[in-house]
Amino acid sequence: MLAFITRRLVTSVLIFFSATFVVYIMAANLGDPLADLRELPPQDREAAIADRTERMNLDKPVVARYFLWLGGVLTGDLGTNRVGQDVNLMLERALGATLQLVLAATVLSIVIGVGIGVISALRQYSALDLGVTFGVFVCFSLPVFWVATLLKQYGAIEFNDWLADPSLAWWVIGLIALFMGAVFSSLLVTDRRTRLMAFGVAAAVTAVLLAVLSATAWFADPGLGPIVIGLTAGAAAVGFATLFSGLEWNPTMKAAAICAALGLVSHFALLPFLDDPTWWFMGLLALLTVAICWAVGYFVGGELYRRSAVPVSILTGLFTAAVIFVDRMLQSFASFSESVRGRPISTIGASTPNYSGSFWDHGLDSFGSLILPTMALLLISLASYTRYSRASMLEVMNQDYVRTARAKGLPERTVILRHAFRNGLIPITTLVAFDIGTVLGGAVIIETVFGWRAMGDLLITGINERDPNPVMAFFLVAGTAIVVFNMIADIVYAYLDPRIRLS
Amino acid sequence: MVQPTPAAAPGQTPGTSDAAQGMNVKARTQTQLVIRRFLRHRGAIAGMALLFFVIALAVTSIGAGPIPGWWDKNHIGTADLVNGGRPTLGLWPGFLGGGGVHLGEHPFGQDNIGRDYFAVVMRGTQVSLVIAVIVGVVATAVGTVIGAVAGYFRGAAEATLMRATDLMITIPTLLFAAMVAVMWGNQNIVTLGLVLGAVTWTQTARLVRGEVLALREKEFVEAARSVGTSAARIIFKHLLPNVIGIIVVSVTLAISSAILLESALSFLGLGVQAPDTSLGKIINEYRTAMMTRPWLFYWPGAFIIATALSINFIGDGLRDAFDPRQNRVRA
Repeated sequence: MLAFITRRLVTSVLIFFSATFVVYIMAANLGDPLADLRELPPQDREAAIADRTERMNLDKPVVARYFLWLGGVLTGDLGTNRVGQDVNLMLERALGATLQLVLAATVLSIVIGVGIGVISALRQYSALDLGVTFGVFVCFSLPVFWVATLLKQYGAIEFNDWLADPSLAWWVIGLIALFMGAVFSSLLVTDRRTRLMAFGVAAAVTAVLLAVLSATAWFADPGLGPIVIGLTAGAAAVGFATLFSGLEWNPTMKAAAICAALGLVSHFALLPFLDDPTWWFMGLLALLTVAICWAVGYFVGGELYRRSAVPVSILTGLFTAAVIFVDRMLQSFASFSESVRGRPISTIGASTPNYSGSFWDHGLDSFGSLILPTMALLLISLASYTRYSRASMLEVMNQDYVRTARAKGLPERTVILRHAFRNGLIPITTLVAFDIGTVLGGAVIIETVFGWRAMGDLLITGINERDPNPVMAFFLVAGTAIVVFNMIADIVYAYLDPRIRLS
Repeated sequence: MVQPTPAAAPGQTPGTSDAAQGMNVKARTQTQLVIRRFLRHRGAIAGMALLFFVIALAVTSIGAGPIPGWWDKNHIGTADLVNGGRPTLGLWPGFLGGGGVHLGEHPFGQDNIGRDYFAVVMRGTQVSLVIAVIVGVVATAVGTVIGAVAGYFRGAAEATLMRATDLMITIPTLLFAAMVAVMWGNQNIVTLGLVLGAVTWTQTARLVRGEVLALREKEFVEAARSVGTSAARIIFKHLLPNVIGIIVVSVTLAISSAILLESALSFLGLGVQAPDTSLGKIINEYRTAMMTRPWLFYWPGAFIIATALSINFIGDGLRDAFDPRQNRVRA
């Protein structure tokens, strides 16, 4: 295994350096970097051209310029752009926003995409599966800049207008209710009667909920309150416990219920400490949650149920913590919305410039500027994760060992989670590596639409100004991400699949 | 939805022939099987119909090259604004109380200087399709040859080609495509298509190489080699026909992603340059008009989606037709 990793590492580094050479040569040959100076009045022209030639080393051959650049990079200096700004500084400013966007979109699309794909595979040829398949094809065919512009119009501008008087029309409520009913009824595999009932109940609950929220203008001043927090925490406890050890009152379920109850208690206990916390404090709370839940799972689970009780408790605790976090964030929404003059969803830039507010206001501010770009980026990479996890899950479900697992009488939950799902996930690791390049490209386009001054701006301006250094700064980050992800994927693949590891 | 094809089961006793059992069996070649499976794929057929409609509309309406089309306006000429430039297309039939199905003066509306938007969008569709097809064909051809050579020859040739492929994969497609488009692609749309195709073949190369690696160990290749067949002949006559399924699917998927790539580049201002136009360039030109003249934004987008979606469905149908294993119903 160590030899495999070393070999992989060495080839990756070599390939990466050859790639920087190729990209540099191309970026330096995009066109004439002095074109704009040649239009200057004659008295300034000579000096300006000489100045830039000196700065960009245009009097040296391209290969020499590459090695000068490489020498700088190896000592941590990315050079300057054509007017003399420090590229290190530009990259530092650009990197944060793009990383947030790319990471959020990648993580969300893996979680949601794999989830949808697996469910759609388990319900092959149901209405849900057909709908998902069609949706995936539509997502594959969407031009990302078009979607981003649409989202900016409807998700930001019109949504902000709507928030001024947030009430839903009856037909909107009806459509959402019908949709929820259809989703829930197609998730079940039972007779027609039960499914119709599920459809009716889900649709009715959604409709009533939306009508109440709309009538009380909840959307303008949202929040969850202790009752909703308690209900969600309880549902999460039951859900996680069912997933890991079945729907019955056993120590696992007991541990999960205790964690959910502890979460609800801490919601009240922590109220005074959450007015304006720091990220450090929140991280500490998360660690504390994990520790307490681990202890609960360990001791309540006992010898027999420890293996399922510990992860279930931790998941329940973290989920409850997340719900409390969201609740607190939502409570700040009204005041935040007022402080940005009623435009909470931002259309330009990665954050409101010179904004000052509490922890929650800043959280909402970056959420408001991240949500739409992330959604746009999510749409393009979600599709491939859904498609591939569905295909891989279908293939695994046909394997002999799944039949064996069923034949020896394991419950369907164990068959799917332990035997099928784990193996079905293996091919997804390669997809993550492939996908990262697409996501980075998509991020460039989306940042352009939303007017972010981030990595995309670095690249596009660099190309338009025939200026290699900013382009190379983009490539250093993007190429490193691709190489690292590919390497991790290979190693994880080898780790997960003994056939590769041992050959 | 693969129908079990009626075929004589192996190990049948001679006495019970199919005719004796009353079964109507027809021998089908591999090609016939593929075509049959493809024609049964409803999504693919719908995609074919939609794609045919888009192509026919784009080509016949404003004509191609010197041949005039049936639409009397072009994408350059301007006219007075009719009805504020709103689309005059009517799809609400008269017997339902609407204005009847009609095209009107400017079915897709007009832009702010009075150009007929139908002609503009049709022109953009033509250009986008031409580029996408060139990219798809070039990328697949290059990828197939590189993949087949790398798979068939071991040693230095394979190592070099696969390292080159790895190198290409390290560079994000958008960055690579943007650079080659700026360097060589601004002159005309054909060169743009060629250079984009030259940087998007990696996926096909990897797929073809994987298949060829398995095929080269088969007996028929060994037989060919033992009678002294040249390497080129083995690759093109014996190996590539066996990976035709992958190649055909690759072409369609490459075309549909090329449409999106080209429109994204043109949207960023790095692809098709004036006086040429393409769907992505049109969207970029009119994206600020989203509030005041939304139709300038919707029509080109709808055509991009329609084209890419129909090609994706065709590709899916082809994949199922060539490789029906993926579609097994769970036992």
